Amino acid sequence: MSDSITNILLVGVGGQGILLASEILSETFMLAGFDVKKSEIHGMSQRGGSVVSHVRYGSRVYSPIVPEGEGDILFGFEMLETCRYLPLLKKGAAVIANDLCIPPPAVLSGKEEYPPELAARIESQFPDFLLVDGLKLATEAGNPRAANTVLLGAVSKRLDIPEEYWIQALEKLIPPKAFKVNRKAFLAGRKL
Amino acid sequence: MKEKVMKAILSGNEAIARGAFEAGVKVASAYPGTPSTEILENIIQYKEIDASWAPNEKVSLDIAVGASFGGARALAAMKHVGVNVAADPLFTLSYTGVNGGLVLVTADDPEMHSSQNEQDNRNYAKFVKVPMLEPADSQECKDFTRLAFTLSEQFDTPVLLRTTTRISHSKSIVELADPVQGLPEPKLVRNAAKLVMLPGNARVRHPLVEERIIKLADHGANLEINRMEMRSKEIGVITSGVPYQYVREVLPEASTLKLGMVYPLPMELIKQFATKVRKLYVVEELDPFIEEQIRSAGIDVVGKEILPICGELTPGIIRKIFVTAGIIQDKPLKDAPSQTAKLPGRPPNMCPGCPHRGVFYALNQLKAYVTGDIGCYTLGFMPPLSAMDTCVCMGASIGNAIGVVKAVSAEERKKVVAVIGDSTFLHTGINSLMDMVYNNVPATVLILDNRITAMTGRQPNPASGFNLSDEPATRLDIPGLCRAMGVANVRTIDPYDLTATKNAIKEEMERPEPSVIITDRPCVLVKREGVFAKGSVLTVNEETCTGCRSCLKIGCPALVWKPIDGKKGFASIDHLLCTGCDVCRQLCKFAAIERKK
Repeated sequence: MSDSITNILLVGVGGQGILLASEILSETFMLAGFDVKKSEIHGMSQRGGSVVSHVRYGSRVYSPIVPEGEGDILFGFEMLETCRYLPLLKKGAAVIANDLCIPPPAVLSGKEEYPPELAARIESQFPDFLLVDGLKLATEAGNPRAANTVLLGAVSKRLDIPEEYWIQALEKLIPPKAFKVNRKAFLAGRKL
Repeated sequence: MKEKVMKAILSGNEAIARGAFEAGVKVASAYPGTPSTEILENIIQYKEIDASWAPNEKVSLDIAVGASFGGARALAAMKHVGVNVAADPLFTLSYTGVNGGLVLVTADDPEMHSSQNEQDNRNYAKFVKVPMLEPADSQECKDFTRLAFTLSEQFDTPVLLRTTTRISHSKSIVELADPVQGLPEPKLVRNAAKLVMLPGNARVRHPLVEERIIKLADHGANLEINRMEMRSKEIGVITSGVPYQYVREVLPEASTLKLGMVYPLPMELIKQFATKVRKLYVVEELDPFIEEQIRSAGIDVVGKEILPICGELTPGIIRKIFVTAGIIQDKPLKDAPSQTAKLPGRPPNMCPGCPHRGVFYALNQLKAYVTGDIGCYTLGFMPPLSAMDTCVCMGASIGNAIGVVKAVSAEERKKVVAVIGDSTFLHTGINSLMDMVYNNVPATVLILDNRITAMTGRQPNPASGFNLSDEPATRLDIPGLCRAMGVANVRTIDPYDLTATKNAIKEEMERPEPSVIITDRPCVLVKREGVFAKGSVLTVNEETCTGCRSCLKIGCPALVWKPIDGKKGFASIDHLLCTGCDVCRQLCKFAAIERKK
């Protein structure tokens, strides 16, 4: 039954804009005529903690959370967090990650090391891995703050949803003055 | 032409707000608490509703009760533990009943994502003897809110609407409707026999409460929200809320009895369902609330002997349990890659520039015994600050400090410091401070006034100077309030000044009298103009930094250790994160931290 459902996980650090990205995904799927559910935990995670948002769409979605081991796409905003949630994915899942490292407290204080070579580690388990320099592409599009939208564009390419719905969702959820640059950033990501 | 139905993707909380609007609610009141906070934050978009933050949950329910007595439909919203605070009026409200419909939303938190316990508030419905509805998605959140108001007026009872974190904070598609029309105009109606709960009147009301719950149980058998869905006759599952969704996902062939009203239970319907299936299960989160009642009715059912009482359920947990019980086949192994390497954790942390950080550093240095409270500052428990010894519930810190002082020796009692935030102090800390003054208890109270209820997402409180609708409001004077209560030693300090902070706490700890210290710096996340002002960003001079790591002892996310071969290295400051609070600069003995030019 769940085979007709697409399971997307968005992961990163509290404050990175994960909620907005998952809103845009959900809005797009609704516009395209699908049933959609999304779920995440607010509260403590706002304080720089690890955040995971679940987005699921299909003809009929029951559970708002992705069953363990059934994730189809992992949309990572930060490398360590991308790595942390790999066990939620199924074999052959696609991983699209922002090439960004935000050191957690134990690394900041020098007690632990930020794990090296995470990209290689991810790719060895998930060959369908795309590492995106979100900051660079967003800066080229006109605003370094649109890095998430570049990533969103890269994710959109893996999903069979017409471009017009993505743009409509962006237009609805991004403030009007930032829409143009975000559309450009989105399309740049979609070319990857 | 059929009119197109308006659809929107709403969270459970947004849908409850919409449901309140559609139900014609006139008054809404709440105290913020995860996962309930967004209900009131969303209700303010409907200008027909008078919505406000109350200082605590009891006040919010008292206000809703008054609005109901005045003839208006009213809503109060709170997290599960908030209902404990509001329990006093709630129990008697069951006796008075309502005038305008009254709905109390209790947002429970199985798994304690953001709470100190995971109490199952379905038990309140049975204890208070009022109906409880439990939605399973956002559409139901909206529809059940509307229905709850109808039931409230039809049966003259408050109605509890229970969500959990996964319902409140999940989004799904909702079809919107127009608000109800033709509700009676609120006006003063005197009815002392119903509303003045003196023993003589209350004795008359109690039998009516007992009759009401029997009538509601009968009514429940015909309510559409209690729904039998027949599929396989082998397995029948009775369930409600988000576990219903997991059951549909994991056991698609099983027949289900989905309960929209979890109290009182429609026992006749349950009996019918039981006869239609070979094996009967109850899948519910937390307590065996439904299960025990079904068992008492003499129906054989399987529940908590295979399902956990602790924590929230997930599709994975339910699958594993039903596979182990031999009910379903395991899914063919997908050969999911396993993650073996251990990764550094990422617990929540105080923000860069948080005014609490220096205070906890000082408390740690002074080896204070800190009775803590609920808020961002509870993170002062975490290393490297590690300066909190107790944390029980909202407002507990001051009372706990009083008790500890009474228990321990005169020498040890000097170490006792209660730490409480502005919002929590106004919530339920005030009364304990009265006790401290009244009974002359020599403890020290630190009120961390950051002018906002920060942990739940920066909601204003009576000391913020503005209200839920972002309009200016009278700002409560906390030092003045403490003085008015009779605290002789009240001082206000700048928590960014480490030496002054440490000295002030030390002096007041030594003083054999009640004392209050108020820290006066706003939350760095308060975006409102004129509240928080960024200082000049700091930078590390690599020439003078000796790599002593003193500055790392405050655990600021903007301070990064840069190792150079092995143990050596130096500190560095992330200029994008630094707010210029200046606390780390005061820790550096080598003047290596400077203001950035």
